[in-house]
Parts: sequence; structure tokens; C-alpha cells
Amino acid sequence: MPTESTIRWLIKPAVFMLALLPIVILLWQGLNNGLGANPIEEITHRTGAWTLRLLLITLAVTPLRRITKQSWLIRLRRMLGLFVFFYATLHFITYIWLDQYFDMQEILKDIVKRPYITVGFAAFVLLIPLAATSTNAMMRRLKRRWVQLHRLVYLIVILGVLHFWWLVKADIREPAVYAAIVTLLLGYRLLKHFKKRPRDAGMPAQHSMQNSQ
Amino acid sequence: MLIKSKRASDVASSEITDQSIYQQRRKFLRNTALFGASAALAPGLLLPESVIAGDRLANVVKSAYTLDDELTPYDAVTEYNNFYELGTGKRDPAANAKRLKTSPWSVAIEGECAKPGVYDIEDFIKPHKLEERVYRLRCVEAWSMVIPWVGISLADVLKRFEPTSKAKFVEFTSIHDPKNLPGQRVKTLDWPYVEGLRIDEAMHPLSILAVGLYGEVLPNQNGAPMRLVVPWKYGFKSSKSIVRIRFTESMPKTAWNKAGPNEYGFYSNVNPVVDHPRWSQRRERRIGEFRKRKTLMFNGYAEEVASLYTGMDLKKHF
Repeated sequence: MPTESTIRWLIKPAVFMLALLPIVILLWQGLNNGLGANPIEEITHRTGAWTLRLLLITLAVTPLRRITKQSWLIRLRRMLGLFVFFYATLHFITYIWLDQYFDMQEILKDIVKRPYITVGFAAFVLLIPLAATSTNAMMRRLKRRWVQLHRLVYLIVILGVLHFWWLVKADIREPAVYAAIVTLLLGYRLLKHFKKRPRDAGMPAQHSMQNSQ
Repeated sequence: MLIKSKRASDVASSEITDQSIYQQRRKFLRNTALFGASAALAPGLLLPESVIAGDRLANVVKSAYTLDDELTPYDAVTEYNNFYELGTGKRDPAANAKRLKTSPWSVAIEGECAKPGVYDIEDFIKPHKLEERVYRLRCVEAWSMVIPWVGISLADVLKRFEPTSKAKFVEFTSIHDPKNLPGQRVKTLDWPYVEGLRIDEAMHPLSILAVGLYGEVLPNQNGAPMRLVVPWKYGFKSSKSIVRIRFTESMPKTAWNKAGPNEYGFYSNVNPVVDHPRWSQRRERRIGEFRKRKTLMFNGYAEEVASLYTGMDLKKHF
């Protein structure tokens, strides 16, 4: 396990810089005509993609920590989670401002009529309370309810992948990869959940063992 | 390529380039020179010249079909493409352009016509007059461009093969070459790409087969050596890299319609009041512009084409 000062002065700043890299690259390319013929589309897609990727990375922290027994990894989770919110906000602002240019009527119609926008918008709204309650003080105040509230992230990630899946025209390969990772990450948690309650999970497990013998 | 070399004796007086085109050409050459200079200053950022810069086409006649709209810059037209055979990303077609082998190339004419056969691309185009047509292009994804195509009248081409009375539709098939085309190794669409038009749509004077843009031979990523351009329909109706044209009695089964029957209809006319089930078609982003603009009925060609659809419920026949 790395020392306290390594975590604080090396690992956390490094992860912070890495998580900023996508926006730095985007800004750099934006200022240098590097975003192609349709820069607004490119900004929308990229901020969206990094929201999802960082969300998957955030959700990978707990399983990774358990599997590698590196419990200090948990200390990166809040920062990663807040970066998810950061990119989601940029994605949302891009849509409201650059794409729709504050045309509220169009935006409301989109949210109500277009399922991919409905779920994307829902996922963004649900992220807000999670970001707002991310402080230590809030954790202390909410106690058990904090844990319950933050389970919303499982719903958010499913909505996020749906949002991506439903917008692509024919090439579903990238959203399919994300969906597979989500299945893995949530499947791991389900498995852990049932293992904790042997009376629920034990019976079918024994049954299948007998079958295989 | 053939298109360049036309004997002087072939040129009718009506085909002689007028001065405005000549000047346009000079302007174009000046722009190309600027483009070349910027390419020299920024090596590595641009594609190899052989991919994006085609040969100049000779004897192109200006047509009545021009627009006041500002032309979409050449590099946007040739670097932002939907051509799934070369990849599904917008920049993939330009990046993979070299994988498309356009020579030799022949076009098969089949079905309900008196003169079916297989024609070499040069012989196929040779009898026709090359015209410049400045058209709007509206993609089903709600972006648009203005492109100076160089092409030949589709009606003139089709008449050559003498379609019979049974020819109710025309089916266009694009190249199928999964060995070379990376996008065709993935089943995003049911390859090869097939599109189709009703015969009266195909015979409409606006419909052309394009062999060039900006006065040059069509770059591969834009559907070389020959593609359809039907400006009042969403872009995907304008098949690229065509290898077969078939006259049929029944409605062709088209690629996007098969992929999403409730999203992409056979007609797919640009229509601001019929939304794609997943997004609005009311407005579009003209490439190069910041704010969206209103999408026009039949992409602004209502006057010319609306009569093709009299009595039809365009919400049903989307």
C-alpha cells in the first residue's frame, strides 16, 4: 500500500490531471481548428463519451479494491465521481447552448418526445444530488441514507448507456462495449450481494454443484 | 481519366465554357493554391494529396441549377462523410479512402429494359454532357451542406437503356468488396448498399449521377467513381460508388429501410414536419454555421418535385 503522502501528493494529483486531459485536448483542438467540419457535434459526442467512460471507471473502483485488496483505491472514488458530474455538465451545457442555442421549446420537446434525450436528461438530473452530497459533512449527516442515495448511480449508469445506445444509427459496437462493462460491474455487485445472504444464494449454488458431479 | 479528354470536335457551341465559369475556375485555382500553401505549413495534418485532390474535369458546362447559398468548403465536403463501407465515423471515409479501388470499374445495367449490359465506366459516361449543379445536401442526421457537383442527367442515362413499361422503379447497388472495404466486414448494414427510386423520381431533371465536385474528379470518400445525387431526399438515398442499376417492377428493398423500417422510409424526402422517430427534422445545422436553420420542404426543391407526390400522405409514405 502506498504511503499517505504518496496518495495525497502523487497519486491523487496524477489522477486529477489525467481526468482533465480529455477537456484539455478538446479545448486545444477547438482553438486550433482540430474538431473537424462539425465541431459542435464533436464536442457533444466527446463530452458525452467521457462522462460515460469516467462513470464506468468510478464504478470499477470498488470491485478493483476488493479484488486487489488495495483499500486505498477508495480514496480516488469521490474525485472520479465528481469528474463524471463535471463532464456530464459540460455535455448538458453543450446541448443547451451550442446545439439548441437556448431554444427552450425545442429542448422541452426533445426531453418529452425523444427517449434517448429523456433518459440522458434523467441521468443528468439524478447526478445532481449525488454531487451535492459528496462532501464529508454530508456523508456524516446522512449516514445510512447516504449509502442508499448513492445507489442511484447504478440506475444512472444504465440510463447513460441507454442514452448512447438509442442515439446511434446502426453501429452499436461502442455502446455495446459499455453495456458489457456495466453488466460486469453491476453483476459483480449482485453476486457479492447474494453471497452476503447465504440463505438466498446457497440453495441454488448447492443444487448446481450436485448437478455437475 | 476519360472525363478529361474529350476531342475538340465533340464540343458543341452550347458547351463552350462561359466567362463566369472561367472566372470561377480561376478563383478555385487560387483557392487551391492557398490550400496547398497551408498544407505545406501544416504537414501531417492533411491527407495525402492523391486522396483528396482529384484531376480537373474538362468541358464542364454550367447548368441552370445554382444557389445563392454559400458553398460548403471543399475540405468539409471531403472530410466529413457518411460512407459506412469505409467506416462509421465521420472522418473514417477520408482516412480510408485509398481502400476503395475505382479502377477498373464497370456498371451493370439489368432488369426491365431493352438494352441491358455491362459497361465500362468511361463508356457509360462518355455520351453525356458534364454539368455543374450546385445542390443542397440534407443528411437525415440534421446537418446540411451546399455542394457544387459535376454530373450527368440520370434521366438521359436511363433512357439510353430503354426501360420497358414494366420498369416502375430503379434500384442502385453500391460496391461490395469486404476484402478491401473495412466497413463491410462489420454487419452495420446488410451489404451491399442498395437504394432505389420510383422511375418518375429517377427521371426527374434534378436527379443526377455525379462524377465530380468542385470541378474535380469525385474523391473516393464522396462515392467515386460515380454516385447518385437526389437533392430533395435525405443524403442516404444518394448511393455512392454504384456498380449496378436495375429496372424493377416492384419496390426495391433498400439498405436503411431494412435496417430500420420505421425510421427510414423508401421515399425519405426531406420533410421538416415528419420527424425521425428519435430526433426532430424541423431544423438543421449547415456545416460551417453556428445556429441551426430551418429545414425546407423537399430541401427547398418543393416547386420542382412536389407534384411527384400529389395525393400521397407524406406522413405515411415518409
